[in-house]
Amino acid sequence: MAKPEDDKKKGDSGNPKEDAIEVMATVIEPLPNAMFRVELENKHQVLAHVSGKMRKNFIRILAGDKVAVELSPYDLTRGRIVYRYK
Amino acid sequence: MAIHLRSADEIEKMHRAGLIVHEVLNTLRSSVRPGMTTMDLEKIAEEKIAGKPGHPAFKGYRGYPCVLCTSVNSEIVHGIPSPKRKLKEGDIVSIDFGMEVDGYFADSAVTVPVGKIKPELQKLLDVTRDSLDRAIDKMRAGNRLGDVGFAVQSLVEENGFSVVREFVGHGIGTKMHDEPNLPNYGEPGRGARLQEGMVIAVEPMVNAGSHEVRMRDEWVAETADGSPSAHFEHTVAVTSNGPLILTRPKEMTGPSW
Repeated sequence: MAKPEDDKKKGDSGNPKEDAIEVMATVIEPLPNAMFRVELENKHQVLAHVSGKMRKNFIRILAGDKVAVELSPYDLTRGRIVYRYK
Repeated sequence: MAIHLRSADEIEKMHRAGLIVHEVLNTLRSSVRPGMTTMDLEKIAEEKIAGKPGHPAFKGYRGYPCVLCTSVNSEIVHGIPSPKRKLKEGDIVSIDFGMEVDGYFADSAVTVPVGKIKPELQKLLDVTRDSLDRAIDKMRAGNRLGDVGFAVQSLVEENGFSVVREFVGHGIGTKMHDEPNLPNYGEPGRGARLQEGMVIAVEPMVNAGSHEVRMRDEWVAETADGSPSAHFEHTVAVTSNGPLILTRPKEMTGPSW
C-alpha cells in the first residue's frame, strides 16, 4: 500500500502534540519575545507563544485577533498559538 | 526518526510474510478475466489467505475496508474492491496486497492486463515494471535514496510518462509504513545512504499522462487528467549480497514481475 507523501503532517498518534487541547481565544496584549496574553472562551487568561510554523510564514498577531490556541494538558497556564482567524 | 536496520532473522520473518503475498498476487494475476468484478478478486484473496499464518495488513489499516487495493485504469492506488466495478477487456488493474506474520510486514503490487490491451498500455506496464527493476538494482549499501528515485524517474520520463509525487515507497518492518519515504523521483547522490539491513517497499506509480493526482475520496487516488496509471511494488532488503526481494521466492531471478 503506497504511503501518502505528506503522511507525517497528519501527526502520528505517538506524537506528544496530539495530546494538546485546541481552544479558541482572543488576544489581549502582545508581550515581548513573540509571547501573547490571550483570553480563552472560558475567560481564563493564559500566556501563549506563536507556533514555529506561524513564525516561519510571518503571520502577524495583534490585540483583538481571534486565534486557536493549543494547551498542554500538563500546564494549562501556557499555550501555543497555532492559527489566526481572518 | 531513524531508519531501522533489520537483522537476518527479522528479514527472514518478513520473507515469510512476503512469500504469502507473492502466492496471493500470483493467483490473482492468473485469475483476472474480463467480466469479473474487483470484489471477485477480493474474494479470491480472502480464500487464499484463509488458514495461512498472520493476517492481511491493509484491512483495518486506518479504517481501510478490504484486504486488497484494486485500482482500475486511471485509478493510481488504493482503489477499494467493489461488486459494482466490472473489469472489461482492455482494462488494466493494479492489485496491491500486504501481509503481517508474527509482527513483520511485507507489501507488494502488480498491474495486470484484462484480456487483450492496447500496445500503449502494454508499454506503460513494461516501463513501470522495468523502472521497478532498475530501482531494485540500486538498493545496495552505499547508494542513496536519490539514486533509487532517479532510476525510476529517468526511465519513466525518457518514455514520455510521469511519476506520481503524492505517494511514495516506504520503509517497512514491524509497521507497514515506516521511515524512510522513498519518492519515485530524485537526484543521484542525494538523500539518506542505504545500509545493510534496511528494508524498503519500492513502488513506482507511473501515469501515462501528467503526474497530477486527484483524490476521489478519502482513499482512491486517480490521475487528474484521466490517463491510465500503473503500479508495481516489491519489499526489498539491502543485504551484503546486494538487493534481496522479500516478496517472492529467493530462488526466483530475472525481472521483478
